[in-house]
This record gives sequence, structure tokens and C-alpha cells, in this order.
Amino acid sequence: MSKERKILDSDAVKRAMTRIAHEVVERNKGVESVVLVGIRKGGEPMARRLAQLLTEIEGRPVPRGFMDVTMYRDDIFHQKTHPKVHKTEIDFDIEGKVVVLVDDVLFTGRTIRAAMDALMDFGRPRSIQLAVLVDRGHRELPIRADFVGRNLPTARGDRVKVKFGEGAEEDQVVLIEAEENAAEPAGNEGGK
Amino acid sequence: MALLVKHMLGLEQVEREDIETILDTAASLQEISYRPVKKVPTLRGKTQVNLFFEPSTRTRTSFEIAGKRLSADVVNFTASASSLSKGETLADTARNLWAMRPDILVVRHSAAGAPHLLAKLLDTPIINAGDGAHEHPTQALLDMFTVREKKRKLSGLKVVIAGDIAHSRVARSNIYGFSKMGAEVWVVGPPTLIPPGIERMGARVSYRLEEAIPDADVIMMLRIQLERGAGSLFPSLREYAIRFGLNPARMRLCKPDVLVMHPGPINRGVEISPEVADGPYSVILDQVEAGVAVRMALLYLLCAGAEHEDTDQGRT
Repeated sequence: MSKERKILDSDAVKRAMTRIAHEVVERNKGVESVVLVGIRKGGEPMARRLAQLLTEIEGRPVPRGFMDVTMYRDDIFHQKTHPKVHKTEIDFDIEGKVVVLVDDVLFTGRTIRAAMDALMDFGRPRSIQLAVLVDRGHRELPIRADFVGRNLPTARGDRVKVKFGEGAEEDQVVLIEAEENAAEPAGNEGGK
Repeated sequence: MALLVKHMLGLEQVEREDIETILDTAASLQEISYRPVKKVPTLRGKTQVNLFFEPSTRTRTSFEIAGKRLSADVVNFTASASSLSKGETLADTARNLWAMRPDILVVRHSAAGAPHLLAKLLDTPIINAGDGAHEHPTQALLDMFTVREKKRKLSGLKVVIAGDIAHSRVARSNIYGFSKMGAEVWVVGPPTLIPPGIERMGARVSYRLEEAIPDADVIMMLRIQLERGAGSLFPSLREYAIRFGLNPARMRLCKPDVLVMHPGPINRGVEISPEVADGPYSVILDQVEAGVAVRMALLYLLCAGAEHEDTDQGRT
């Protein structure tokens, strides 16, 4: 049996998100040229949440879009089951903007590499920053996050499940520990 | 997410599940054509050969653009420029091409079954881009995509296909496709242009447009294929236009939200009048746009499927 451990409960997720929002504002001296792009699917609810928090803090709307990076992945022809391609919806210009990429879990870094490549096809942002709720380590590329909710040491075979609850549902982050001697996972889909 | 089928030879053998996967993927990929850089790196290093033994501009161009938007290397091989005129058989031409290691083949041929023969001979995914009067699956997929985008569903719709049904591979693929998705398909035309037994494919038959169109959700007009001898099957084009042409008077019989479609090339004033072709019900240019997205989806899904099969073999 694999062990499940709750890492963050609803209050802890809320506090982490609030801190990330304030850090984004502080780092960029406001949100004037900030736009958010959530990586589908895990980064989508987090980008919505972050956009809402930034709007509350700064009193102005922050553009947010969503991106599917499947077509840019380096493992697209290596995975056994391959992911469904979702829509990319970025209906604002990213030229000259500070793009904050948003994803729930940072793992190997390959998703972020794909997302940066995809972003460049939409224009030339002034800079790209990265916000994640959980950094679980095991990077395979030289990538790091600018804003991190929680650093979480994990074994490579563990899984991290993030849930942003809708309405009355609770937010939570759960670590599912791999069984002893379990095989390495084939994919590297953000460790979800 | 890969398809159940390895090739796209026709919609007769394709499951509803696969049609849905292709249409969903196309819906996600359509946005790429609106980006400043209209290209994703997915099929980088893959070679797509368009093998066209029959003249085509729009379908070949659509496949070429679709491949290029996915970063595939696209090579066009057309009959006039090939060694067919020098007496080589289809099988030999195919073996020669295969020796150049293509990753996917798009085939159009005037003989029904030509892509199926190639699929048996070669170990490469094959897309049928039209074989004789048999099937043209990508046209039917883009037609279904266009209708689904406009109506948000396919099930329960009434689709009327009118014109030269006998010579039309588009009609055949659409009858299979729309029926599988739960739509009701009618075919309309003069008796000489409707093949006997077409009811067995699941279509209802009518010989009068006025009977079929009043409660139709979609009207698909087909060209008279004079090059395939259709001209000898009715008195004159003028009489055909009067009896079977879609004109403003007939449009007044239709539902206010009817969609008028045409796979092209259109013959203005014959099967469709210019007022209708350019009018508010027409989605003819949406069809052309959908063609690129649907072909991108199919190239992506079939190339990915081929890779997985290879890995599976490696493991056993």
C-alpha cells in the first residue's frame, strides 16, 4: 500500500498563495506590465486564483491566459499514453510584458522548458518568471522557480497531487509516497 | 489518446471514439493558425510525403500547410512529375518512396482502394486524401468539425447531401461519418446520380430538394463531376440548375439557422447560386479553415500512434 500524506491544507494553500501574490507585486513594483499564463491543466486553477489575489491587492485587473504545452514537449513520442491536447487561450499581447508562468508542481522542469518555447511563439516578453505551489525537486534541466509556495523533498517515484477546490471544496496538497522498490515512473508529467 | 486505427483510409472502418478524438484535437490545434508564429515543433524531423496521382490544389495545399504548421518536412510527389508516365506500377512507386523513409504518407488516387493497397505493402501510416469515388475521409472530418463548431453537436441533426452522389467520395465519407455521430443523413439528386442501394449505408433518399430541405440543419451541395462522365446522366446543366440548384427561392423554405456547405470547387449558377454561396448561411470558407486543423490533428495522432507501436514491439 502506498502512503498518502497531506502536506498543505486549505488554510496553508491560501497563505502560500497570498504570499506568492505579494512577492509578485513586490518583485515587479506593482502589476502594471504583469500578465499570467497558467499551464494546463494543473496551472489553470492556480492562475485563476493568483489573478484574483493580484487584482484584490493592486485594485486593477491582471490579464490571464492558459497554455497547453503538449505540442512542445520533448517526450511526446516517448510516453506510452499520451496526453490529450487542450486549448491554448492567450487573448492578450505578451510583447514587452512580464509573463508569470504558473504551474502547480515543479518537478523535472521539462514542462516549463516547453512552456517557455511556446511563449516565444506568441511574442517577445520583457521577462518570464515562474510561480509554482510546490517545488518537489529532481530537476533535469537548469530551471528554477521565482515564487514557490512550498519546497517539498520527495523521492523520484512519489506523486504530488494538488487540488484547488471550487466553491465550498477544500484546497489541498497530498504527497503519495511510492512503494519500496517501486519502478521509476515512465513519464515525467509534472509528477502528478 | 492515440487512435485505434493505424491509418486513415476511410470512415467506414473508423469508430465514433476515434472521430471524437480527432475533432477534439483539431479544436485544440486550430488556435495555432492565429498565432504570430504559426508553427509548433511537434513533428520536427518527421517526413510527410504527399503522394498525389490525381490533380488537386486545395486538398494538397491544406495537407502541406497542416504538415508545415507541425514542423514536418513536407515533400510533394505529383503524378505528372513522377515515373508513372514511364510505366511504373503503384506498388513499385510506393516501395521506392518507402526506401526514402517517410514517416507518414498522404495519398490521392483515381482508383478506389489504392491507399488500402499501399497500407498493406508499407509500414508507414497512410492518410487517404481521396480514392476514386470511394472515400475522402479528411473532407468528411472537416465537414463534421465545421458543423460541430457551429451547432455544438452532431447527434440529432438532419444533414442533406445534394447533387452528384454517384461519383462523390465526399458523400460516401460523410454518410458514414455523420451517421456514426448520430445525425440523420439524406441524399438528394436526380435518380441517375443516386447509386442504387445507398440506403444500406444508412442514408435516406429523396429526388426533390423541396422535400428534404425544409427541416434540414445542414445542406451540403456537391459539384457535378463532368470529368467522371456525369454529364450524360441528365439532360443539361441548365435544367439541372433549375431542378436541383440551391437558390434564394429554395433557401426561403429552410430553417433560419441552416448551414450551407460545399466541399469545393463550386460551380456558381449550377448546383449553387452566387447569392447562396456568398450568403449568410454559407460556411464554405469555415470548411477550408477547418481542413487545416483537422489534418494537423490527424498527422499528429497517426505519427504518435506509429511511434508507440514501435516501442511496444521493442518491449516484447
